[in-house]
Amino acid sequence: MFDLERWQEIFDTIRKNKLRTFLTGLSVASGIFILVILLGFGQGMRNGIEQEFKQDASTSVWVWPGVTSKEYKGLNPGRRIQLVNENFDRSSAMFKNTIERGSSRIFVRGVSVNYGKEALIYGVQGVASDFQFIENASMLEGRFINYQDEVSAGKVAVIGNKIKTDVFNKVDSPIGEFVEISGIPFKIIGVYKEMEDREEERIYIPITTAQKAFNGGNRINNMSFTLPPVENFDEAVAQAINFKDDMREYLQQIHTVAPDDTGAMEVWSAMEEAKRYYGLTNNIKLFFWFVGICTIIAGVVGVSNIMMIVVKERTREIGIRKALGAKPWSIIAMILHESIFVTAISGFTGLIFSMALLELVGPNIEVDYVLNPSVNFKVAFSTVLVLILAGTLAGFVPAWRAAKVQVIESLRDE
Amino acid sequence: MIEIKDLHKSYKMGSNSLHVLKGINFKVEEGELVAIMGSSGSGKSTLLNILGMLDGADSGEYTLDNVPIKNLSETKAAQYRNKFLGFIFQSFNLINYKSALENVALPLYYQKVPRKERQEKAMKYLDRVGLKPWAAHLPSELSGGQKQRVAIARAMAAEPKVLLADEPTGALDSKTSYEVMDLIQKINDDGNTILVVTHEEDIAHMCKRIVHLKDGVIVEDKKIEQVRAEQYV
Ligand SMILES: Nc1ncnc2c1ncn2[C@@H]1O[C@H](COP(=O)(O)OP(=O)(O)O)[C@@H](O)[C@H]1O
Ligand SMILES: [Mg+2]
Repeated sequence: MFDLERWQEIFDTIRKNKLRTFLTGLSVASGIFILVILLGFGQGMRNGIEQEFKQDASTSVWVWPGVTSKEYKGLNPGRRIQLVNENFDRSSAMFKNTIERGSSRIFVRGVSVNYGKEALIYGVQGVASDFQFIENASMLEGRFINYQDEVSAGKVAVIGNKIKTDVFNKVDSPIGEFVEISGIPFKIIGVYKEMEDREEERIYIPITTAQKAFNGGNRINNMSFTLPPVENFDEAVAQAINFKDDMREYLQQIHTVAPDDTGAMEVWSAMEEAKRYYGLTNNIKLFFWFVGICTIIAGVVGVSNIMMIVVKERTREIGIRKALGAKPWSIIAMILHESIFVTAISGFTGLIFSMALLELVGPNIEVDYVLNPSVNFKVAFSTVLVLILAGTLAGFVPAWRAAKVQVIESLRDE
Repeated sequence: MIEIKDLHKSYKMGSNSLHVLKGINFKVEEGELVAIMGSSGSGKSTLLNILGMLDGADSGEYTLDNVPIKNLSETKAAQYRNKFLGFIFQSFNLINYKSALENVALPLYYQKVPRKERQEKAMKYLDRVGLKPWAAHLPSELSGGQKQRVAIARAMAAEPKVLLADEPTGALDSKTSYEVMDLIQKINDDGNTILVVTHEEDIAHMCKRIVHLKDGVIVEDKKIEQVRAEQYV
């Protein structure tokens, strides 16, 4: 390695074979470049998919009543189940040790919504203060509905960011503006942000106001809860499933629904969904490992081919050197020394360029399901080492062969 | 200097075997200039390659400068080639990306001569073949005769005991051939042992002894009156 004469001989060879060196280097560098970019995008897609699934609070549980499909205790199927305030209050009290937050919700229907002269077509929902946390909505401006609003049945509204950009683009801030719901003015007190535009097209008002002002009586459309976070994922899933089953059992009893009539009282847990999603990400992970390994194999084959061709091309030169007294190992060492040197320099050049590109461009990429493509430096570094090793091995075989055969055979090579 | 006894060599080609050398016996003394003659395919190159340890024999004895050449490791063989032998090929076999000077210096690299000394010595031999002004040129920039003179300088640079030339004039026109033979004769005049493979009568007669190969055996071996090449140059 520190044989100065050999270094000189190798630099000589590289200098005098600029094109060959350049082409070898270029293909190795571009191979690594493509590989790293691919790995980066694999990571980006994983990040993106993960992001898509992060919408609601991960421990949320949702209750949706439906229509019975089974006869039970003398009651005919086809009965629509209607939840009422009492259901929410009782279950909240019953499960208060398990529940972290809860909110019932009512969809206000058959109302007109106006902003000044403009008619709006957004849905109005009555919710409780906790709903912000259940939906995992963050406040951009102002505040969400609070307990005080609930108690006083305040005429206040919280709008989604999409509504703000679509409707309130002429005012500095929608806060303090009024929307009229069926002629009743509601003061806007906050703007929330969600992961998805669709979920930003809602106007939230206190549930008490929704029931009182729009003939809601004590009816509610659904209920949602969050459970306290648990460190261990499997425990969290178990807790969610437990709660879900207890809740369903309780509500089925109250509403006289057959225990196996799940459609009549649907309880959905994000945790359970998450479990499915974790399975999914594992598959995605596997898929990208597969893609990555295939890419690396392609890279290995590419680099190996180049090395084999380069060495093959030099068979005659090897013969000449041997005729002049080069020992087999000095031939092998010279060829490998040169190829490792060239592959390493170009490999790391490709690595640096691709990582720089990912660093610069990655955070600015705004495509669905791709988020911040990046690559683990250790992984990329090892990949370069693998390719160098592969190139070395691939170069070694023909070099070794050429060094071992009778000199005249190498000399005969055209 | 060189002694071979009952040398055999055959090439296997699939199921067939081509018996090329069928028991060669001969001796070369120090300072001789020997032509190995024979028609094309008579085994001249094969013989020379075995003498040069570029190829192996099937059987027979070979002694070079009192060293028996048998079952040598490739490393040992490399050392002998480097110390004892210099090669001149019909197709020159220069390394195309190295300048004339660097080509001549290459055997010295394998003798572990330091770089500076290597270049001085290489320049000296390039000067002897009259190519000092062409030292920095690549082989592709040289004529056939010049390439062969570079190859001769390279063979000389290692100061070998024996020079082996396989059709050194085979790729050259007759005028250039005589120039090359003139050079070979002068090197021989200095006391170097040289073997020249050729199928050309006039080239053979510029040596001091002609060995005639036919059907894998030596059919004639005679000393001759040397024709000097100088007069044709
Ligand atoms: N590597 C080889 N494989 C098979 N046959 C060979 C090989 N080299 C030479 N021969 C054959 O051996 C014979 C002698 O070849 P060679 O020594 O090159 O002849 P010359 O140099 O006298 O023309 C020829 O018939 C040639 O075809
Ligand atoms: Mg021949």
